[in-house]
Amino acid sequence: MSDARRSKAAHIRHLLETEGDAVAANTRGFNQGRYDAVADLEDYEELKREARGIKEAAIERLPELVEEVTETVEENGGTVYLAEDAADANRYIREVVADCDADRLVKSKSMTSEEIEVNDTLERDGVDVVETDLGEWVLQLADEAPSHIVAPAIHKSREEIARLFEHWFDLEEPLETAEELTAFASDRLGELIADADVGMTGANFISADSGTLMLVTSEGNARKTAVVPDTHVAVAGVEKIVPSVEELAPFIELLAKSGTGQDLTSYVSFLTPPTASPVVAFDDPDTPLADREDDRAFHLVLIDNGRMAMREDEHLRETLYCIRCSACANTCANFQSVGGHAFGGETYTGGIATGWEAGVHSYESAASFNDLCTGCSRCVEACPVGIDIPWINTVVRDRVNRGGEHDRFDFLVEGLTPDEEPGGIDLQKRLFGNYETLAKVGSATAPLSNWLAGSAPVRRGLERIAGVDHRRDLPTFARETFRDWFDARGGSRIDAANADREVVLYPDVYTNYIDVDRGKAAVRVLEALDVHVRVPPVPESGRAPLSQGMIATADERASAVYAALAEHVDAGRDVVVIEPSDLAMFRADYERLLPQASFDRLNEASYDILEYVYGLLEHGADPSALRTGNDNDALAYHSHCQQRTLGLGGYTVATLERLGYDVVTSDVECCGMAGSFGYKREYYELSMDVGDHLRQQLTTAETRDRLVVASGTSCGDQLESLLSRNAHHPVEVIDPARADVSNPDRTDIRSNR
Amino acid sequence: MHSEHRPPLERFTAALDDLECGVTRTTRSELPAVLESVVDPPAVGVPLESVAADVSIPSWIDTDPTPATLEAATTGVTPAVLGIADYGSVLIPERPAGAEPVSLFPDTHVAVLEASAIVPDVRTAVDRLAPRLRRGESAILATGPSATADMGALVRGAHGPKHVHVIVLEDADTGDTGVENSNAGDIEEVHT
Repeated sequence: MSDARRSKAAHIRHLLETEGDAVAANTRGFNQGRYDAVADLEDYEELKREARGIKEAAIERLPELVEEVTETVEENGGTVYLAEDAADANRYIREVVADCDADRLVKSKSMTSEEIEVNDTLERDGVDVVETDLGEWVLQLADEAPSHIVAPAIHKSREEIARLFEHWFDLEEPLETAEELTAFASDRLGELIADADVGMTGANFISADSGTLMLVTSEGNARKTAVVPDTHVAVAGVEKIVPSVEELAPFIELLAKSGTGQDLTSYVSFLTPPTASPVVAFDDPDTPLADREDDRAFHLVLIDNGRMAMREDEHLRETLYCIRCSACANTCANFQSVGGHAFGGETYTGGIATGWEAGVHSYESAASFNDLCTGCSRCVEACPVGIDIPWINTVVRDRVNRGGEHDRFDFLVEGLTPDEEPGGIDLQKRLFGNYETLAKVGSATAPLSNWLAGSAPVRRGLERIAGVDHRRDLPTFARETFRDWFDARGGSRIDAANADREVVLYPDVYTNYIDVDRGKAAVRVLEALDVHVRVPPVPESGRAPLSQGMIATADERASAVYAALAEHVDAGRDVVVIEPSDLAMFRADYERLLPQASFDRLNEASYDILEYVYGLLEHGADPSALRTGNDNDALAYHSHCQQRTLGLGGYTVATLERLGYDVVTSDVECCGMAGSFGYKREYYELSMDVGDHLRQQLTTAETRDRLVVASGTSCGDQLESLLSRNAHHPVEVIDPARADVSNPDRTDIRSNR
Repeated sequence: MHSEHRPPLERFTAALDDLECGVTRTTRSELPAVLESVVDPPAVGVPLESVAADVSIPSWIDTDPTPATLEAATTGVTPAVLGIADYGSVLIPERPAGAEPVSLFPDTHVAVLEASAIVPDVRTAVDRLAPRLRRGESAILATGPSATADMGALVRGAHGPKHVHVIVLEDADTGDTGVENSNAGDIEEVHT
């Protein structure tokens, strides 16, 4: 294994051990809070659409909004500086601080200020810079970077914070409870704010029509930072501007709910600086506030730092719609395990951070964590402005691939990798991206290929050269493919002329070459419901290369798939898909890869297998033709991440219940496998850690004796290794030809052929 | 945003209950007595004329605070010019006399609000707020006490008040409670 993989694995392992528990508890709490809070919004989807529309329009008009806000703030008596980059912003801020002879600058939490690293700059000038957000202050004491964009110190336990305070301060007695720690911190910070010369804040939003900064906070330190000293400097990315005050409304509700699950944060400050609120001069304790005649100064530093270029980049542009709520991080199973110290770059963390890092820092910064996005797509639903975060991650991965060094093993894999990618792409990615070719060869040479793949020298080589973890069982290739089986039985047993419907059953790579039984079960289920089935040759959907960031290859596959299916779609046949990640290609990703009309046609014609069965039953098909449930058929079902994002998980549960099964459903975001992810050496431990949450749900008193059912191939593989129980696709469960199952630990329901 | 059809005042007080904030419904004439009972001296405050012209703040509350008295005060009393029924939020406009620090530094913040100034939702509140901001003013939308979870558990009171108490004035001449379309809460009308 390469040194880079080994050190990455070690870093992740270290974070799992040291920060994992605290990050997991907090992010899962926030994430559950989001589900609960948005459930109270009767028009959540409409609110999201409105919020996205506002951001789209604002970014479109950004240059004129920058001009407008500049005029407005200057009319109000403030100053605006448009900084080209971090250095430019810091140069200006240093001047402001020097001009007022400031000894101390107090700050409220601002990721934009982290982005420009203003603290270091000012500290080099001898200015005492104090973070007043309690979490940020803890990190300042610990000399660490934030691990989360909303709750920067979530990786720190209460005990660690207590030890940190003990180390830095001369405490009369040790601080233990959260109340004691908070009281101590706010007393110290209160004194530091009282003496401060300059206050620095960020801005969640800026309205161009009024020059108002909207600050969304809970502690109250932003309010003190902005109004106690007579000089206020606000730093904000240019993308924070919206045209008018009225357009702030949807974000007020969405931001808190999406971020931490609060209905609203304690404070939403609408500051239109310089404010009329009196300066609170604690060095002049007896002059009434009302008698003060201070001239307040206000400087708005608007930061470009790559944003205007992102605006011109069709793929990174959506990043600018981000309202920094952290929902994408909180909902991300990998983030829940390792936090932002692994899942983040120089400044930003979480799902959307690759877009930010690629835009404001570098592809190198983005690449350091980009692969932690498994493309599970759960963040798409969580994002209050509907950003397709996995797509941004895929694009960044593709660009990183193309910038890579040429690999000395290229010649070895040319034959196995008929892809469209440049020579420099990482061998591991190339191997997984060309999985179809591998499966084809593996199946044609089975059982020798399986024996070879299981042999120690091959496994060692795979791990060393391509980073395939030796602890994972490799799939076993079937000698007779699903399509061969289908042809050998003489095609469909339901006559097309008499059938109500005709279906093209998509022979995905896994079904065709490996898990052939689920394909057979799908044929039997459809035929039991009087459907004529066809299984034509259709290439791999492009999922495998796409997940490795090989967009050109995925694009080429998408065209080939469409070419193979177009005639069937035109003939009115429905396309039924067994593997949810392939259905997600047809229904979502292909919008990026195919002409719109082609995408629309395939999207409308394609179905998840259980969604399709649900529809047939709704339209009067006879459920008794299928294998129905009895007392021995208690199921524990894990839906697939992309299937859930598409809103399809419910069909499987509804169908199983309708057929008499007792179903318990896991509610974790992800199984931790997500395609090739869990096979990769550097991510194996993380994959198992994520999976552990699912394992726990399926080993309770209520679930441990149930038959395990999962819609996704990877989910099933992961469940089998987590539980040492067989996992089955739901279509196998309802297969009319399957045998009774009495003991799911030992009996494979596929035994009935 | 919520589908409930209860009158705004009822929803407002229920939301404040959920936030574990105090809430007292009273009348103009009873206000001094209510303040006596909920305010722990020493207290600082800002005049309440912006709530209604005929509402004045009792003389035992220091309405000319200095940094020293601000720091010593246990309670700060300010007007609020809007309430949001969905969330129990109050809108505190800035004042040259110091509404922002008075509502922020003491451990308890008491906000005085007309029942008719309660609007159903955030959107209505922002629509009412917009002209004020466009005139160059600032305001704070406060929902419950200051809070932090940075020290490992939720703690009320960090840099701001630990307790919030809202006094709602329900005099008949301001229109009774709970009319969704009440326009008496239009803060455009409120002098500053």
